[in-house]
Amino acid sequence: MLGALSVGSLALIGLMVVTVAIKAWPSFHANGLSWFGPGGDVVTQFRAMHAGVPLPGHSLLYFRAWPLIWGTLIVTGIAVVIGVVVATLAAVFLTEFAPAGARRVLDPVVRLLAGVPSVVYGLIGILAIAPWINEHLISNARRQSVTYVVQLNGANLLTAALILMVMIVPIMIALSADALRSVPGSWREGSVALGVNRWRTIWRVSLRTARPAIAAATVLATARALGEAIMLAMVSGGRPFAPNPLDGLTFFYEPVQPLGATIVQEFGGQTNGAVASTIYAIAALLLFSAAMLSLAGWAVKQPLKRYGIGA
Amino acid sequence: MATASVADAPMTPPPVVEAPREGVSTWPMVDRLFYWLCWVTGIGLCLIAVAIVLLMLVKGIAYLKPSLFIEHPAPSLRQDQAGGFLDPLIGTLIVTTIAIGIAAPLGVAIAAWLSEYGRPAGLARAVESSVETIAGVPSIVLAIFGLIVFSQSFLGFLSQRASNGTVTAQSFLVAGAILALLALPLVVGATREALAQLPGRMREASLALGKSRITTLRCVLLPAIRPGIASGVVLGMGRIIGDTAIIVVLLGSTLRNEPVGGVPLLKTLRGTGSTLTSYVYGDSPAGEGNAPQKAYAAAFVLLMIVLLLNALVTRLTSPAQIGPVRRFGHRAWAMVRG
Repeated sequence: MLGALSVGSLALIGLMVVTVAIKAWPSFHANGLSWFGPGGDVVTQFRAMHAGVPLPGHSLLYFRAWPLIWGTLIVTGIAVVIGVVVATLAAVFLTEFAPAGARRVLDPVVRLLAGVPSVVYGLIGILAIAPWINEHLISNARRQSVTYVVQLNGANLLTAALILMVMIVPIMIALSADALRSVPGSWREGSVALGVNRWRTIWRVSLRTARPAIAAATVLATARALGEAIMLAMVSGGRPFAPNPLDGLTFFYEPVQPLGATIVQEFGGQTNGAVASTIYAIAALLLFSAAMLSLAGWAVKQPLKRYGIGA
Repeated sequence: MATASVADAPMTPPPVVEAPREGVSTWPMVDRLFYWLCWVTGIGLCLIAVAIVLLMLVKGIAYLKPSLFIEHPAPSLRQDQAGGFLDPLIGTLIVTTIAIGIAAPLGVAIAAWLSEYGRPAGLARAVESSVETIAGVPSIVLAIFGLIVFSQSFLGFLSQRASNGTVTAQSFLVAGAILALLALPLVVGATREALAQLPGRMREASLALGKSRITTLRCVLLPAIRPGIASGVVLGMGRIIGDTAIIVVLLGSTLRNEPVGGVPLLKTLRGTGSTLTSYVYGDSPAGEGNAPQKAYAAAFVLLMIVLLLNALVTRLTSPAQIGPVRRFGHRAWAMVRG
């Protein structure tokens, strides 16, 4: 009986992949590989689907997801790159440098940051951080310079990436700190006994040993970041605009709309066949990325087995 | 001369001198930089947490009124007429109950099978990785999956049919069922970890007394790991209460809990509604309501609930709570006596 229940969870995953893939197929089929490419405005495309009137020269399912994919990639990318550095430094601090008092404070702090619901992060972002960025960081000249392309306000790429970073850092700290703690003490003592100072020891021995675990934590955090929907729907600007890195600093103030946030904004049209299929296609892409990332997370952790620590 | 002075020296051992703790001042510049960067990050994280808590505390206390807990939300553009969040509060309670009601037994069963039976090994590994995959699937994708599955017409009894016969797939039952998937991996993980920590002699003792494996599991192992299961359940509750994407998609986030049909209790469960998270989302500038004061107040309540659950997990997992050996002695004695 227990076995049957367990196999049920296997069947569930299979069912999820199959149903989402089947429902997503029409959208992928109608657009081919250019589904992932650039072309046109996502808002116009959704509007056409809602109205049931195909864009001139295209099928009703015409959809080009590049602005959404690009938005997801850069928001996630910035958050993860900053997050790795912050989480690694914090994990080293937690395991090596922090006096007992600081450790007693930092442990619950990490747990608190991990526990705050994403909607609360989103609320703080849109009511406290976005207005501040809008008033203090975006100059009028900058606003003028892109006024014909896009309107700048506080809900933008920078805000989204920063808050996303705070959201994914706790899980990375927890996993990295676990890995650092499992580095055998004798390895570090050996290094210190040779006259290497503590930071060099951490850098050359502890972090080097824990590198696979830190990489795995990063992959896991990337998966979290990719799938984040509600917070990003609140603070990323909510316009499917593809920020242009050539814009210099303005790039960071341009709005984005990642894939998950798009689902949140558009799922109301699920009774409309074309819209529904497009949403399911976005969900299928997210599901595929999540599955690939959990595979990658498993793969990068393998070297740890060689050291005989962790699993 | 030298040898003589050594021989004359008193025989007391030299005093033990603690090696001075290596100061940072002797390190190369780069190493010192990293050392201070570690400190800065650590303190920075604390400051962020303090800022979040302080902001929510200040705003929450400023806008929180006792009447908010007992008033139904009302559609109004003015914040002072928009009512309270009684319905979302009840909604949170309902979905959490449903989701945990599904996830806890299922998760314990899966974990027990994986740890205590787990044959054939290939199947066990497949189940294990499927649970891990569920943990990695973004909640918005789970929500979309729920939307597809529960809008099948033969599952219409779980939600409601629109006038043109399509099933909306939006109800407390549907949302609870999908939210259970969020909590499932946490329950499975905590239960497995607790089972792995039990000493092997507990199983052996029970089996030696002639009890079957399932009886051993039910009467010895599961009672012994109750704190472990509880911490998994509480962690799962935290995830469920904090989730917004599934609620927004599968609960309809209507202002009030709208019953469907005439059967008491079932009509609420089949109906749409909202929870604290979707209430916060709806009242933020991103949603339709745009009542930031209500959003702050509800978010404050939400944060307090989550912090409370966090504290509960810490207490449950503290060493003082885990005493399987002591409890096992008691259990075994009871079993021997019949």
